[in-house]
Amino acid sequence: MRLSIYRYDPDKDDKPYLKDYDVRLEHSDRMLLDALIRVKEMDDSFAFRRSCREGVCGSDAMNINGRNGLACVTKIADLPDHVTLRPMPGLPVIRDLIVDMTQFFRQYESIKPYVVNHDAPPERERLQSPEEREELNGLYECILCACCSTSCPSFWWNPDKFVGPAGLLQAYRFIADSRDQETSARLDNLEDPYRLFRCHTIMNCVDVCPKGLNPTRAIGKIKELMVRRAV
Amino acid sequence: MTGRTVTGARYGLRDWLAQRITATIMAVYSVIAVVVFISNKNITYSVWRDLFAQGWMRVATLLFAASLAWHAWVGVRDILMDYVKPAGLRLALEVMVLLTIAAYVGWTIQILWR
Repeated sequence: MRLSIYRYDPDKDDKPYLKDYDVRLEHSDRMLLDALIRVKEMDDSFAFRRSCREGVCGSDAMNINGRNGLACVTKIADLPDHVTLRPMPGLPVIRDLIVDMTQFFRQYESIKPYVVNHDAPPERERLQSPEEREELNGLYECILCACCSTSCPSFWWNPDKFVGPAGLLQAYRFIADSRDQETSARLDNLEDPYRLFRCHTIMNCVDVCPKGLNPTRAIGKIKELMVRRAV
Repeated sequence: MTGRTVTGARYGLRDWLAQRITATIMAVYSVIAVVVFISNKNITYSVWRDLFAQGWMRVATLLFAASLAWHAWVGVRDILMDYVKPAGLRLALEVMVLLTIAAYVGWTIQILWR
């Protein structure tokens, strides 16, 4: 298997370049991450992030043949013999496949990703009915890998102002939570031509989400609530 | 302070909704226009003039033009917001776009009621 990998070390390189690696795979190598670990054995100057290696932590998100995905859940069998790997687009590169996700997490933080409830805490947990809990399915599973936001042109152009699909999916996750009491303030926070309405529904986010989530639907639900509130 | 990123203009919903409503108006007008053109096989100058002499056609066409103007304004402003970063230049371009659109609407009114 041949991997062309984006290499850039700002301390040494004037500009980024693609370096080819011919990787000899072992029988047990099933996922792209296994091939990357082989590359790391061949060239220990190569830098990339990975942790859980099973699609839960979201560390090894990268651009695989032009499409964002997680290396640990991308099967080698589904890839062509020649694979080009680049860092996720739109974020500053720290080194090789490692990007600076500060901007991404700043947007996540801006939507207050926690339940706000002003009632006195009950002795045990705040209960939800099965139907109320059902509302959170398809929202809470987000692992914040940033595959979606970094494949969104609106996030590329305005990463400082547009919350991005991951942040908006999370925003709806807390708007939809029956235990949260800040719905109106959350909608106020997003009622803005940049923060929410940069989304033009091109659905790159849905296309790449490794967890099969649908940020576009969540964004649509936020807009629907805003319309219901306004009319 | 000058470099601070500011958001919260609070007009996103209005324009987003307006763009969808104006799109619907334009779609309905387009269907009506196609039906009118198909049902009049020989559209001569006099047929055309009689058609636009009717009050409902003038009002519908004006509604279409106003919808197109509003729709185009939101769309072009969206493009400027994405690609033109200096606020002063963006404002100047937005004013130019608004004046151009206003001129086109004025011209449409002049054509319809001349």
